[in-house]
Amino acid sequence: MSNPKTLFDKVWDAHIVRPETPDTPAVLYIDLHLIHEVTSPQAFSELRQRGLPVRRPERTLATMDHSTPTTPRNALGVIPVIDPQAINQLDQLRKNCADFGITLFELGSLNQGIVHVIGPEQGLTQPGMTIVCGDSHTSTHGAFGALAFGIGTSEVGHVLATQCLLQYRPKTCAVRVSGKLQAGVTAKDIILAIIAKYGVGGGTGHVFEYMGEAIRSLSMEERMTICNMSIEGGARAGMVAPDETTFQYVAGRPYAPQGAAFAEAVERWRSLPSDDGARFDKEMSLDAGSLAPMITYGTNPGMGIPIDAPIPTPEQLPDSASRQALDKAMVYMGLEPGKPLLGHKVDLVFIGSCTNSRINDLRQAASFFRGRKVADGVRVMVVPGSQRVKKQAEEEGLDAIFKAAGAEWREAGCSACLGMNDDKVPAGKYAVSTSNRNFEGRQGPGARTMLASPLTAAAAAVTGRITDPRTMLDER
Amino acid sequence: MKPITTFSGKAVALPIDNVDTDQIIPASYLKITDKSGVADGLFQAWRYLPDGSPNPDFPLNRPEALGATLLVAGHNFGCGSSREHAPWALQGYGFRAVIAPAFADIFRNNALKIGLLPVVIDAESYHELLSHLAEDPHTTLSIDLPNQLLTMPGGRLVSFPIDAFARHCLVHGVDQLGFLQQQEADILTFEATNPVTVYTIR
Ligand code: SF4
Repeated sequence: MSNPKTLFDKVWDAHIVRPETPDTPAVLYIDLHLIHEVTSPQAFSELRQRGLPVRRPERTLATMDHSTPTTPRNALGVIPVIDPQAINQLDQLRKNCADFGITLFELGSLNQGIVHVIGPEQGLTQPGMTIVCGDSHTSTHGAFGALAFGIGTSEVGHVLATQCLLQYRPKTCAVRVSGKLQAGVTAKDIILAIIAKYGVGGGTGHVFEYMGEAIRSLSMEERMTICNMSIEGGARAGMVAPDETTFQYVAGRPYAPQGAAFAEAVERWRSLPSDDGARFDKEMSLDAGSLAPMITYGTNPGMGIPIDAPIPTPEQLPDSASRQALDKAMVYMGLEPGKPLLGHKVDLVFIGSCTNSRINDLRQAASFFRGRKVADGVRVMVVPGSQRVKKQAEEEGLDAIFKAAGAEWREAGCSACLGMNDDKVPAGKYAVSTSNRNFEGRQGPGARTMLASPLTAAAAAVTGRITDPRTMLDER
Repeated sequence: MKPITTFSGKAVALPIDNVDTDQIIPASYLKITDKSGVADGLFQAWRYLPDGSPNPDFPLNRPEALGATLLVAGHNFGCGSSREHAPWALQGYGFRAVIAPAFADIFRNNALKIGLLPVVIDAESYHELLSHLAEDPHTTLSIDLPNQLLTMPGGRLVSFPIDAFARHCLVHGVDQLGFLQQQEADILTFEATNPVTVYTIR
């Protein structure tokens, strides 16, 4: 081949409306625009002020997820929203969608859920697409071989009005993950290990393409977990080349092409993977075979260690900035350098978020809870990523397992991932969370978050301590 | 947007790496549907004590930092979420530029959109700035956007990168959405030749 291209190159090139010039960025066409209540209101106000319509409402989809409660439905079957500011925000989204002709997956409907869970689940997310949303974890959709990234509210306005964005071509970074995961080690551990190895700024300016044996053998849900946290590695987007696993996942979903159109689409999608010899601007690598379950001890997602390792000491760190950061994190977390995390007390466990709230995550967690009880004094919240995930889990009886163990089974939404609704981690308490950010205060003011996989979270839930899930796999 | 060319102002340092968007503006301030009040939440957890009074140790609260319009911040400033509320809060507070060795991608984009200048400087100049500010907290700096120059306290000029288009828009007060709208003919051509693969309206 004369000019081998990467997956990213192919998707990017196919969406150029107007090429980049020395004076102007490229105009990039957006196939799918997802919106939610938090980052869209000011964009709609801008449209109203300028008297503009939404250019392609049929390429736009709205849901409610961030500020919505996940408390159980009341006697009328309604999810009660109590916070007046959240009520206002949800009302505005309803009105904006009605006025501009946008389909809205309402709170309470079977289609509602976290924006990055519903896109794939509905078949809206397809290989080769450009997808944006006013949310940084839009990177999740890259698992399908789409170019998907988060944008700010001004840009939400640009896409609503023109279906286009002004963009400079990012650089590409191949992330090669070799080997085969051992029992008890999951996709979440792969991405936490990559971020621990290359840092939270390691991917800045780049789009990741995850490749290699370990990635190929993952399910779509697991690939989404990895792409989801590309942003925590500093990359705006992460991609995985589509393959049979991808096509099987998309097939038959409500908004996916059907019948002959699907077969045609698959033919197109088969041409997307990076060509042999395609050049990347940067390379990263990880051996998945030697990986242990990962957990974070600090206040950014790069502060992660194998669960059986001690917290690093300042002497082990390369520069004064990271030593300072460690100091600050230790004070906030109430932890000590050089000490193990294993055995540390846990107050709350959160299983949910767009990183780990899909059906396979819940199945994994449930398999751990089956026949076990949540430890005394530990609060466990299990929050499905969407109402459809919730329904399927209930059909499989997973909810009964969670409830029997003493965990809370809640309605779909972002929940305790960002401390914007009622689900929060109390100040000073330790939470093992399957979400993606352990920033100071992320899960509530003063909350102390330790990021981990659903298996590690479940092990913490039943022991009340940080526990290596591998030690409990064969206990029964 | 008002054109931005040259300006100077008092600088304040927040020399912490990886300051994330949840620190810049916590989620509880994301429930607004306009931009009002967002500056009140800027650096909330650091700026205020648990009883709601200002934390006297936080750099922005020191008397000599009053009226600062330039924030000197650490590596990878603005990492985390895409919330444009973060640059809104900084701008609402009175900052006109953030000067740092590196910014997270989405934050930098969002800041440029609203005219909060993300000024990237080399590590050496960054450390030099920090020591100046430690010695003299009343340091003022000036920024020349058309020429992409930052004047250091001793008078040394440090050039900073900024994409040509963003600079053009900011210097001339040109509106980026307006520019996109002018591409209508090309957008129509693109749409005519690229079939729709997803249709959200039933
Ligand atoms: S679950 Fe968390 S990370 Fe995902 S979209 Fe919601 S708030 Fe953002």
